Amino acid sequence: MTVTDEVSTGSTGGPREVGSARRRKEDQRLITGRTKWTDNIQLPGMLHIAMVRSPFAHARITHIDTSAAKSAPNVVTVLTGQEVSEEQGVLANAWPITPDQVAPVHPPIAVDRVTFAGEVVAVVVARSAAEARDAAELVDVDYDELPAALDLKEAAEDKVLAHPDLGTNKSALWVFDSAEAGTGGAVDEAIDKARTDGIVLEREYRQQRLIPAFMEPRSVVVDPTGEQITMWSATQIPHILRYLLAATTGVSESKIRVIAPDVGGGFGGKLQSTPEEWITFLAARRTGRPVKYTETRSESLMAAHHGRDQWQRLTLAATKDGTVTGLKVDLLADLGSYVSLVGGGVPVLGAFMFNAIYKFPAYQFKVQTVLTNKAWTDAYRGAGRPEATFAIERLMDELAHELGVDPLEIREKNWIKHEEFPFTTVAGLEYDTGNYEQATAEAKRIFGYDELRAEQQRRREANDPVQLGIGVSTFTEMCGLAPSRVLGQLSYGAGGWEHASVRMLPTGKVEVITGASAHGQGHETAWSQIVADRLGVAFEDVEVLHGDTQISHKGLDTYGSRSLVVGGEALVKAADKVIEKARPIAAHLLEASVDDLEFKDGSFGVRGTDKGIAMADLAAAAFTGHNLPDGVEPTLDSDATYDPVNFSYPHGTHLCAVEIDTETGGLTMRKYTAVDDVGTIVNPLIVEGQLHGGLVQGIAQALFEEAVYDDSGTLVSASFVDYLVPTAADTISFDLGTSVTPSTTNSLGTKGVGEAGTIASTPAVVNAVVDALRPFGVSDVRMPCTPERIWKAIHTGGGTEPTEKDAMPHFDENDVADRTDGASA
Amino acid sequence: MTRINVTVDGASYSDDVEPRMLLVQYLRERLGKTGTVIGCDTSNCGACTVHLDGTSVKSCNVLAVQADGHEVTTVEGLATDGELHPVQQAFHENHALQCGFCTPGMIMQSIDLLKENADPSEEEIRLGLEGNLCRCTGYHNIVKAVQAAAGGSR
Repeated sequence: MTVTDEVSTGSTGGPREVGSARRRKEDQRLITGRTKWTDNIQLPGMLHIAMVRSPFAHARITHIDTSAAKSAPNVVTVLTGQEVSEEQGVLANAWPITPDQVAPVHPPIAVDRVTFAGEVVAVVVARSAAEARDAAELVDVDYDELPAALDLKEAAEDKVLAHPDLGTNKSALWVFDSAEAGTGGAVDEAIDKARTDGIVLEREYRQQRLIPAFMEPRSVVVDPTGEQITMWSATQIPHILRYLLAATTGVSESKIRVIAPDVGGGFGGKLQSTPEEWITFLAARRTGRPVKYTETRSESLMAAHHGRDQWQRLTLAATKDGTVTGLKVDLLADLGSYVSLVGGGVPVLGAFMFNAIYKFPAYQFKVQTVLTNKAWTDAYRGAGRPEATFAIERLMDELAHELGVDPLEIREKNWIKHEEFPFTTVAGLEYDTGNYEQATAEAKRIFGYDELRAEQQRRREANDPVQLGIGVSTFTEMCGLAPSRVLGQLSYGAGGWEHASVRMLPTGKVEVITGASAHGQGHETAWSQIVADRLGVAFEDVEVLHGDTQISHKGLDTYGSRSLVVGGEALVKAADKVIEKARPIAAHLLEASVDDLEFKDGSFGVRGTDKGIAMADLAAAAFTGHNLPDGVEPTLDSDATYDPVNFSYPHGTHLCAVEIDTETGGLTMRKYTAVDDVGTIVNPLIVEGQLHGGLVQGIAQALFEEAVYDDSGTLVSASFVDYLVPTAADTISFDLGTSVTPSTTNSLGTKGVGEAGTIASTPAVVNAVVDALRPFGVSDVRMPCTPERIWKAIHTGGGTEPTEKDAMPHFDENDVADRTDGASA
Repeated sequence: MTRINVTVDGASYSDDVEPRMLLVQYLRERLGKTGTVIGCDTSNCGACTVHLDGTSVKSCNVLAVQADGHEVTTVEGLATDGELHPVQQAFHENHALQCGFCTPGMIMQSIDLLKENADPSEEEIRLGLEGNLCRCTGYHNIVKAVQAAAGGSR
């Protein structure tokens, strides 16, 4: 595709590293088993923790007898919430979305009441992990079971309270209204008008509860030996974790060092401050010895945070020609039993995205966050934006169906045209660049859209038992979290900047320190490429350091597709400072005027001469300090802290073809094409890898995954036997294409890519499923679209009817029937 | 305690182990072979896959005592004289890993798959890797890597 805009490429005119498919630096240790996972750490005299967890969703703890456990072999201590209530600290919510948000105090070990099945009630510390687990079996806990608030809609009615002392399950109601914000019209007027002379679509969709299911179970080691307390944790957020530990335990921040060594995936699931981290910190301080806790997979699925879990009530108003005139969104969002670190902020991150790529004149968004007696929810890949994208992309398909036109046609009628950028949306965001026409045309070409539509028509006419469905998703998202000013307006507890340092070593090598904290994203490779271009040094000569608060003292870590667009820009700025610091030294050594110097290919040259000096020689000159201009400090090392001026808005067109056996409900994905615009691409291999993985996570929401609780609040999908992370045999190879409109909000022109695949793919797949089933009168299938649900939708007409019925409660507050039952279509 | 004699990555070991100790625990905790990792407790994820006498097994599903008298190869024993195994090289070249946690098991299973079938179709690769979960790559590049490694060995 054509790249039209000029992008800043740095000072070098040499071969570009940015854009090349460099193989990753990280791989060597990972493919040879020389990786440093937290659970690998062994320290002298190290103790091990096993947790005693509640089997009840909601119960009062009446008595805990730890005597048998304490006298078991090699048990050092057993801790209960009562014993440590004064010193265990609390787990914080960093984003109170409204000033009057209702939030229970969240102790790491439950003190007198458990609020979900899986909550820690006692902690066994022993000399080996096996002995700790054996002894955990001996801890005798007496509970008085309490009624549990489990169903989201019923919980929103306060029928059973998750926290009786709070008096309500309703945590916060957060509202955005375009008429009030001055960004658009009044949505109710648009809906009223459409009721008389246009089209009104009322739908209700379910965002099922998901589990991030990173492959490396969470693990934490705390060593209290020495001057500082060192915590190694399988976390995405070492810097935020250090801050929160200090803020809630009373230990000085300077006495805490947090290290995220190699971390095996996160997807938002390790964007958390966890009870297990606080407990291990406490146990190490209490015993004075290094302590390790590594969770089992069942514990991880049960007690690490979950994602999604919303009911979405939607009303879309349009004119008879399909021009959308207003969108009204009412969400119920399940927080689980506590308001976790980001908590209610997750649906708020979606608030600005329901209008997506479209020019809606009126928009209203409301989310009611609700406490229940289930594992708490927080960020999972996309965090709020997949939910928003799903809703609007499903609705646009419904609108197209209503009008009998192609779903791409109705989108094009409403989307922002490429010549209209920059464009301020009805949600108040300014999209800097994009070209939806270009991405869509390319996607249609690669996919063979027209041919597949023709085949679909033939199969429909022939009553083929295997029907073809074609799904569309034209998405955008806001990522690159985030401008600090905006976070402040939203009452988030921190900023959104990122930090980078560039150290010029006397040997000519370069050390880069980044505040981003990679856990599979390939920062070491991409950052090396950026610095190699910027400073004209060899890719191999750049070493990237991260994930240790003692080395990388400043940072806000990795989530929200922020590392490159925010952290990468900090890196560019730090590298540019190195060049500026080197300039007077170069002029001095070359005996030339600063104004006559130009920096190119890693060297300063004097214009019109062949005189020059390389960056490596300048680093050596600064190191010796023997011959520097007066008043110039003997270092080239530079830092930069960058606060983004805007979010990043990647977009793309995703097309999915599925074949559905209408006799069995079986589904086969035939083809998936994604053309994404992520701005300038630093490393196409890494970008494609992010998209592939993201696609499968989004497809998994559409087809496979759901965290299911039984009637008593026990998670029944608490192992990989029941929680269906897709395998290689469940997935296909993808056709990816690119469309590039460089971002104008950062020097490199990059946009975020980490969440794009997940955000876009879920509605593309469900739209394909529904498209295949339209001839059977089906207009919705609840996720995950299992063969059972698909079969029922076809054979009981269940697809259409529940959707219509479900849509009604948007206006009938008395209907709170539970529709989370796994068997319903 | 039971005495076992095992060869792991070419070296001989003799240890007393608890009968309940899993092979993966023995490798990690006793021998320091931390390249082999534990991803689940139901033998679904395959992260702990090693070779027992040349055939892939999930080492969380084998007791250490069952390895007595046998030969175990882990991901740490694949490279010879600093030369990567062709499957390791193919994973690197094809960007078949991101966080890398599933990678040791995925590589060990891929080697076993290619031993059984030197020229697998895409479907055969996908079915052959069904017992190994990856959350990062979406399997796309893992499949490509195995295809590349198969092509390279022809």
